[in-house]
Amino acid sequence: MTVDSSSGKSATGAGETNVDSGRRWVNLLLGTGVVATIASFIYPAIRYVIPPPVSEASNLSVVAAKVGELKNNAAKVFRFGSEPAILIHTSNGNYRAFTAVCTHLGCTVQYRADLHEIWCPCHNGKYDLHGRNVSGPPPRPLVQYQVHIQGEDIVVVRNA
Amino acid sequence: MADLKRRTLDWLNERLGGEGIEEFLRHKRVPLHRHTIWYYFGGIALFLFVIQVLTGILLLMYYRPTASGAFESVQFIMTQVKFGWLIRSIHSWSANLMIFIIFVHMFSVFFMKAYRKPRELTWVSGMLLFFLVLAFGFSGYLLPWNTLAFFATKVGTDMAGFVPIFGKWIMVFLRGGNQVTGATLTRFFGFHVAVLPGIATMLIAFHLLLVQKLGMSVPPGVERKIKAGVEPERSMPFFPNFLLRDILGWYGALGALGALAAIFPWELGTKANPFGSAPAGIHPEWYFLFMFQTLKYLPSKVFFIDGELLGLMLFGVAGAIWVVVPFLDYKAGGFGRVTRFFTGLGIFALGYIIVFSCLALL
Repeated sequence: MTVDSSSGKSATGAGETNVDSGRRWVNLLLGTGVVATIASFIYPAIRYVIPPPVSEASNLSVVAAKVGELKNNAAKVFRFGSEPAILIHTSNGNYRAFTAVCTHLGCTVQYRADLHEIWCPCHNGKYDLHGRNVSGPPPRPLVQYQVHIQGEDIVVVRNA
Repeated sequence: MADLKRRTLDWLNERLGGEGIEEFLRHKRVPLHRHTIWYYFGGIALFLFVIQVLTGILLLMYYRPTASGAFESVQFIMTQVKFGWLIRSIHSWSANLMIFIIFVHMFSVFFMKAYRKPRELTWVSGMLLFFLVLAFGFSGYLLPWNTLAFFATKVGTDMAGFVPIFGKWIMVFLRGGNQVTGATLTRFFGFHVAVLPGIATMLIAFHLLLVQKLGMSVPPGVERKIKAGVEPERSMPFFPNFLLRDILGWYGALGALGALAAIFPWELGTKANPFGSAPAGIHPEWYFLFMFQTLKYLPSKVFFIDGELLGLMLFGVAGAIWVVVPFLDYKAGGFGRVTRFFTGLGIFALGYIIVFSCLALL
């Protein structure tokens, strides 16, 4: 109800204005309460569905293979922390290691002995033997890891 | 006996008010014209959805949603459980057939302009159901935990990571972590058997309610001929005439399913190895092939935009336009340039999907 305050003729009109503002307050409080209640349900639910972070050491060292296990021009995918990595024994006898997770959409790459390249079969991405993206959709090179030979073990190391 | 039947019906009518249903069945009519055949596809999709629910419940009896047990449990269903191979094969074949039928249903509705006023919401709810069915397909695909499914899920969830601002959050939410692991499998299982069916049931109810309330749409061309008096307005009763024909369609679908499942039992493949290379020749299910092929063609950078982000944006925008087509094609039913443009757009979309899917298979 609208009240013409300039006419000033009705006391009930002023009363109704008070009632209206009172109702607005009640509605506001009720609304805030309901929103707060909903939020107090939704927030824990959202936090619940996001899994707790798994801490992984930034320094990692893994025995990827034994000396003599890989022929020249061959490679092996192995577990490196929570991700796969690839160890390549090049034709000229060097060992190189990279993450095996394609920088395009996260497929696991493989070594193509016929092409002397690292190849991702998912969308035909190619990297050279330095991990550089040379053809197809990958946007970035593969991260390279250090390779050390300790006695009989070929150890792949990631430093933070 | 007949008396007993009548008395039982009367008893029920008195309590449930079945006259409404009787009345409804008697009055609902289906238009008859040369495009009537397309009216059957929605019903077949619904029938196949029911098959999915039934076979899905049966599969639940033996399936285990863990990285160490999923593959083995499906193997057990396929090799040890009596008729397990049949149930799983029907579930897989029916899923694929349902998606195919929904594609047909969607495009037939599109080209007959059945989305025009007042059926805009029927189209929107149908589109939401279409996306939901793709989500069913994507989540169900992972459940056997085989190599193909593992990498398809890796790529699919990685793509979600490219969504601006919320991408990373969505990816972690879908995967249950940063990587695709057993946690992802457990989540996808939850989506596949609880979340998606719940939403689907509500949406199907809404979609059907609208179909019942508004009746079948008559294509604009036929409508014009009827108005001009060139063609008589013909229809058949929904019950029993149309329903019996519907059932005939379902029976045909059931026959096709049985034959496909028996002659080509669904493959299980090899168990996923999260630390092994993706195999050569890997590709997603056929209904994602056109997107997969597009991603293959996109270079890593187009101007300043990442190729995959561009792909995601293109399909996102195309999907959004497709959903709101009834509101854009506001002159559907007439002869105007706008409505001709949208018909052309539909032909382009259909052509694109077919050509790119074929290219992926070559």
